[in-house]
Amino acid sequence: MMTRKHALWAALVCTALLLIALGVWNGGAQDVLAKAIKICSECIGLG
Amino acid sequence: MAERRKKPMTRRLIQLYSALLYNAHLKGFAEGQIYTGPLKSVCVPGLNCYSCPGAVGACPLGSLQNAVAASADRPAFYVVGLLLLFGLLLGRVICGFLCPFGLLQELLHKLPTKKVKKSPLTRKLSRVKYALLLIFVLAIPAWFALRRLPLPAFCKYICPAGTLEGAVLLLLHPANGALRAMTGGLFWWKMGVLLLVLGGCVFLYRAFCRFLCPLGALYSLLSRLALLGVRVDETRCTDCGACVRACRMDIRAVGDGECIHCGDCIDRCPARAISFRAGKILLRGPEIGEGGSRP
Repeated sequence: MMTRKHALWAALVCTALLLIALGVWNGGAQDVLAKAIKICSECIGLG
Repeated sequence: MAERRKKPMTRRLIQLYSALLYNAHLKGFAEGQIYTGPLKSVCVPGLNCYSCPGAVGACPLGSLQNAVAASADRPAFYVVGLLLLFGLLLGRVICGFLCPFGLLQELLHKLPTKKVKKSPLTRKLSRVKYALLLIFVLAIPAWFALRRLPLPAFCKYICPAGTLEGAVLLLLHPANGALRAMTGGLFWWKMGVLLLVLGGCVFLYRAFCRFLCPLGALYSLLSRLALLGVRVDETRCTDCGACVRACRMDIRAVGDGECIHCGDCIDRCPARAISFRAGKILLRGPEIGEGGSRP
């Protein structure tokens, strides 16, 4: 039997998947790639 | 005694495998260069700097800060969706099993020195990570995003994982002399933070994870909803508190936001009320008999 917690969990998983799909569509995934394939000067303390 | 060692070993192996998987670009360590393939458009669940020469995925915390910094142009749907999904499926199991920096902290804590036990003070300090999440990961990058200036403040001023995996591993390589020449005050500040964190972890169990990690803070918000994790059978629980006393994290109850679901409490429960589950599926139950005796 589906409880309120299960329903909330399922709704949030659907929301997460929708956000990921929207993010791929709006170029968010490309932004992540563009940042991750360059040496992050902030991360290594170069400013 | 051999039986008692079996389960922590399983977790340790998962930690090691995930650290290797996150950093499977072994060629990068030899060449002092980072991986630039398409896999890096996906975040890994645990804290692992994308400037580590071995990293094959993106750091979720760095990606979140950069997504917030770019949010004036593009809503941060992708990274928020990924973090939400990780949190809902795994929660802080990620901290206990799938975080390379968590593994490093646990290994440092094994050094034979006097240890600082958890206390009301450490419980208060465990709230600092929520402030860091709010200020350094969300507020400062958002504030500078309004001025079109990208500033991943946590990466820049604090993140010891970035300093260790990115800075130290890249700058030590002979091929990166040009990068070494660029180091200045900020680099030495970050090295200071790194040494303080690593030193702290020798004396305090998972000091960075407990007090400073904004990623753990983020996952802890979804911890109660996560599919995977330790669960307490309320019909068996006698509220004796043995689980909370045995735990080295600053938990108030098993499975709360501070719990990293390591499962150390499972065999400490005399009522056999704690188990590790994926939804309703039992993955690991107690190995002790009623009253604390081993079968």
